[in-house]
Formats: sequence, structure tokens, C-alpha cells
Amino acid sequence: MGDATETFYSVIRRQGITRRSFHKFCCLTAASLGLSPLTASSIAHALETKPRVPVIWLHGLECTCCSESFIRSAHPLVKDALLSMISLDYDHMIMAAAGHQAEAILEETRAKYKGRYVLAVEGNPPLNEGGMFCIEGGKPFVEKLTSMAEESMAIIAWGTCASWGCVQAAKPNPTGAAPIEKVITDRPIIKVPGCPPIAEVMSGLVTFITMFGKLPELDRQGRPSMFYSERIHDKCYRRSHFDAGQFVEEWDDTNARKGYCLYKMGCKGPTTYNACSAVRWNGGVSFPIQSGHGCLGCSEDGFWDKGSFYDRLTTIKQFGIEENADQIGMAAAGVVGLTIAAHAAATAVKRLTHSPDRSAHKGKPS
Amino acid sequence: MLNRARKLLAAIDAAPTGRSIVGGVGYVYAPVRLWHWVNAAAILVLSLTGYLIGTGTPATSGGASGNFLFGYIRFAHFSAGYVLSAGFLLRIYWALVGDAHAMQIFYVPLWRGCFWRELCHEIRRYAFLTVEPARGLGHNRLAQLAMFFMFTQTITFMVLTGFALYGQGAGTDSWQYKVFGWVFSFLPNSQDVHTLHHLGLWVIVMFVLVHIYAVIREDIMSRHSFYSISGDHGFGD
Repeated sequence: MGDATETFYSVIRRQGITRRSFHKFCCLTAASLGLSPLTASSIAHALETKPRVPVIWLHGLECTCCSESFIRSAHPLVKDALLSMISLDYDHMIMAAAGHQAEAILEETRAKYKGRYVLAVEGNPPLNEGGMFCIEGGKPFVEKLTSMAEESMAIIAWGTCASWGCVQAAKPNPTGAAPIEKVITDRPIIKVPGCPPIAEVMSGLVTFITMFGKLPELDRQGRPSMFYSERIHDKCYRRSHFDAGQFVEEWDDTNARKGYCLYKMGCKGPTTYNACSAVRWNGGVSFPIQSGHGCLGCSEDGFWDKGSFYDRLTTIKQFGIEENADQIGMAAAGVVGLTIAAHAAATAVKRLTHSPDRSAHKGKPS
Repeated sequence: MLNRARKLLAAIDAAPTGRSIVGGVGYVYAPVRLWHWVNAAAILVLSLTGYLIGTGTPATSGGASGNFLFGYIRFAHFSAGYVLSAGFLLRIYWALVGDAHAMQIFYVPLWRGCFWRELCHEIRRYAFLTVEPARGLGHNRLAQLAMFFMFTQTITFMVLTGFALYGQGAGTDSWQYKVFGWVFSFLPNSQDVHTLHHLGLWVIVMFVLVHIYAVIREDIMSRHSFYSISGDHGFGD
């Protein structure tokens, strides 16, 4: 690690692949993509000259579920992503170096790859008490984050922590944990929300950046459109039951056994942008709704603060009571209805008691 | 157009309180009447289907392929939403080109002294402290206030959030998402938008209760009809 000129070609050679096999690979790739014979040499040239993208992976306030998810990536295998595609220069979860030796890599990368390295951030910085709730290498994490962000090419916000704040930023948020966009404002941030994000989404994003050398198209909220442009609901295999009006009413009813829609059980699929229903988890084995549980909406902003995971209408706490929109609305409409009834009664009484005056005045009985 | 309407409105505002047209019949509401009933029908459909969409329906029996109940409910909601939105746009157009009264539900002259005087008068009338009716034509000031804050604002909010939520289903490359997707810049989690859209339903319900009561009461009390379909508005009984 750390060699400035390490290219894809040198990695390939290091893994024992001969130059002859390398060129065969380039020819085969060009042929299978339907490109002209000359493209083979372009591919070879690109692999020989393009340096591997250096990646610095920082950990703030987090639970490491993003890393746990990432190392289970199957397409591509995380081994290929880490050992061949990128040059993961710093990640204190899996690196061999420790202490000053490890921290020195940060400064080295910052100087050597100025504006060319990708900063991947897992977790987020707490901002209260000067960031003292998360100390790394003797310094508040927020300082490490901002100094590494300054010279980076782009920043990947892994998971809901870095993207939105997640559980440590849920009310009342004593440590002042904040999504990284609150402290990094002058660099492009790619949000990859999810608690954790899907492994294939993570490695797919890394693959995209290393292959094309640019950042993917982002949506309005800064998430890569290729993975976050559709809701769970839009590709859910239970969607036909939703349209048919077939809902699970209880966890143990026959509708649950029949695999009906979990809308009434508080499934957040209709409000959650993620690729679970398309890519699924654990190498495409399943995803929450397939295993009979509604979506929690873990890739959405503030999902911990939106009331129960099992209610369709989430509770509203702003009124000081925990009621949902229907309960509040019905109560308010009831008050209005009672007021109207009282006013109507008062009008009738008033009219009955004053009707002689009024009819005399108007010259007409009412 | 706007200036003309403003001038007319200013003239009305400057006019002395009390009846401006006595014993006359004002044919002033015809397009507004038409809009009113289309709008009322749309709101009825939207409220009922919206409530069902929020709570879900009892399960239909049989396979998913033979049923489309929730789909039809949502279709009715979206269709009525389009009708309401188109009507609301036409209503805004009419506010600009129609007579001064057409502007009333979009424009509350909170900075005018006479507005507050007339409002106080109307409150006194509803509190049984006076029996004199206030203005001759158009909404009274209290009604204007309720129209503006409970109806116009809420409908605007419902149209914006409704199309934003519709845009989520239509996809991020739909025009609805492109035009109304900015809602999610304020409220990134559309669960909040759903909740607020649902609260909007109840504001409309409250408005409808007050509105129907006030109209029926006004009709009985003063024979000053607002809700006749023909638009014949007699004054003085």
C-alpha cells in the first residue's frame, strides 16, 4: 500500500497473471462488449496507466454495520473490491497498522494524493462539547473528518449515520451527532443511506467510481440514482396485493400466511428509497418484506423519530401527546362539531326569544 | 388584470359598511358557482378515498390478479386530485380576470382598518351581540378570513404535497416529481409529507363543517343565499 504509481496492471501482475494472459483478457473483454479490435489496446493502456483510487475509510460514531455489510458483498466479491479495484489505505477496522504508524498514513495520503483520494465515512461526528464524545488518535473525530475532507476528491457517506444521523442523532440527541454534510459543505458527498446499506450497493458504487473515474449521477438528496431512484414499494413482490386491497391485519392471521401486503402493519416501503426489493440481501436471498416483516424505512431521514415501526399513520409528538393524524384530526373536528351544535342551539334560542321583535321589525314572520 | 381587480377591491373596501346593493339581485357568481360544485365533489371524493388510503381497506377475497380495489381507490383519489387542481388553477385565473369578489379568497387586506372593523362586527354578530348584517355582496370578513386560512392555504398545501407524493409513485423522472419534488428538500422523509397531507384532510373537514353550518344558518337567518346553485342572490327579504 501507499505506492504512488500502483496501477491495475501492477496489481494484476502481482497476482501472478502473465502479460500474455493480461492481453488475452483485454481482447476478450473488447470482443464480448462488441467493441472494435483496436479497443483491446485501449483497455490494456487504461489498465496499465490508471492508478488505483486511494480510499481513506473513517469511522465516527457508528456500529460498524456498514463494514459488516460491505465485507459480505458477493457481486463483486469484497476481496476483488478491496484488493484489486481500490487501494484501501486506511481503515482502522481491518488494517494491520496501528497507533502512530496508522495515523501517519492519513497525513501521507493527504499530501501525496491531494484532491485524488476518496474519503469514505462510516458514522458521524458528535458536535456537542467540542466533539469530545468521539475521540480518535487523541483528537475529536470531527477534526480528523474535516481535515481529511479538505483535500479529498469526493466523500462517500456510508449508511444512515453519515447520511442522515441515524440512532445517535435521534431525539434528544445528547451528543449533538450530526450528518457529515453539516460539517463538510465544500465537497461532493455521495449519500449511501441504509442501516446498513446493501453490500452490493456499496461495492457497486465503489466499482462505478473506479471504472469510470467519476461520480455517479445523484438524486435531489445526494444519493446515487442508480440505487435510490425507486421506493421499496415500487418493486415489491407483494405490490399486487397492495393494489388488490389485500392486507395483513395481524401478525398471525391467515393473510400474513398468504403473504399479503404489510401496509396496514406499518410497512414503510411506500416512503423508503432503497434497492432492497430489487437487489435483496445476502447475495439476493431475501429482504425484510420477503421474510414477513414490514420495512422500517432505515434509509430515510430521521427514521427513528417517526413513531412506531408498526403504524401506517405515524404518531405526531409536536402537540405534546402521542397521537396520529387521524386521532388529532377527529378530535379537532369533534370540537368544531360540538361548537357548531352549541352555536346552532344558541341561535335557535335567541331567535325564539327575539322572534316577536324581529318579525315586527321586519314586518314578516320568519 | 391584476390592477383592475385590485382597484375594484379597493373600491369595495372603501365603500361604507352595510348594504351596497339593496333589494337587487347580483348575478355575480356564475363561474365561481360552477367551480364551487366541481370543487366540492372533488373534495368529497378526495376525502373519502384519502381516508381509505391512509387506513387501508378490509382484505378482499380471492387472488391478487382478480382484484384491484385499492388500485381503483387510488385512481379515484388521483383523478379527483387532478380535477381539483385544474379547478383551482381556473379559480386563480378567474380571481385575476373576474370581478373583485373573485379575489376575496386569495387576498385578505389585513392592513386595512376597515377590514378589522368589519371583522369585529361580524364576530359580534356571531356572538349574538348585534343583529345588523354587514356587507351586502360577497363574503363577510370572517368568512373571508376562514376561506383564506382554512381553505385556500390548505388546498394549496394539499395540491403541492399531493403532487409531490404522486411524483414518488410516478417515478423520479416524471414531470410531477420534477415540478413538485422540491417538497422533499424541506421534508426529506416522505413519511412526514404523508402525515401532513393526512392532517390537511382534517383541516378541510373542519372547514367543511364550519362552512356548511355558516351557509345554512345565514340562509335561515337573513335569507341571504350563498348556496343556491343558480347564483340568484336576493337581498332584503
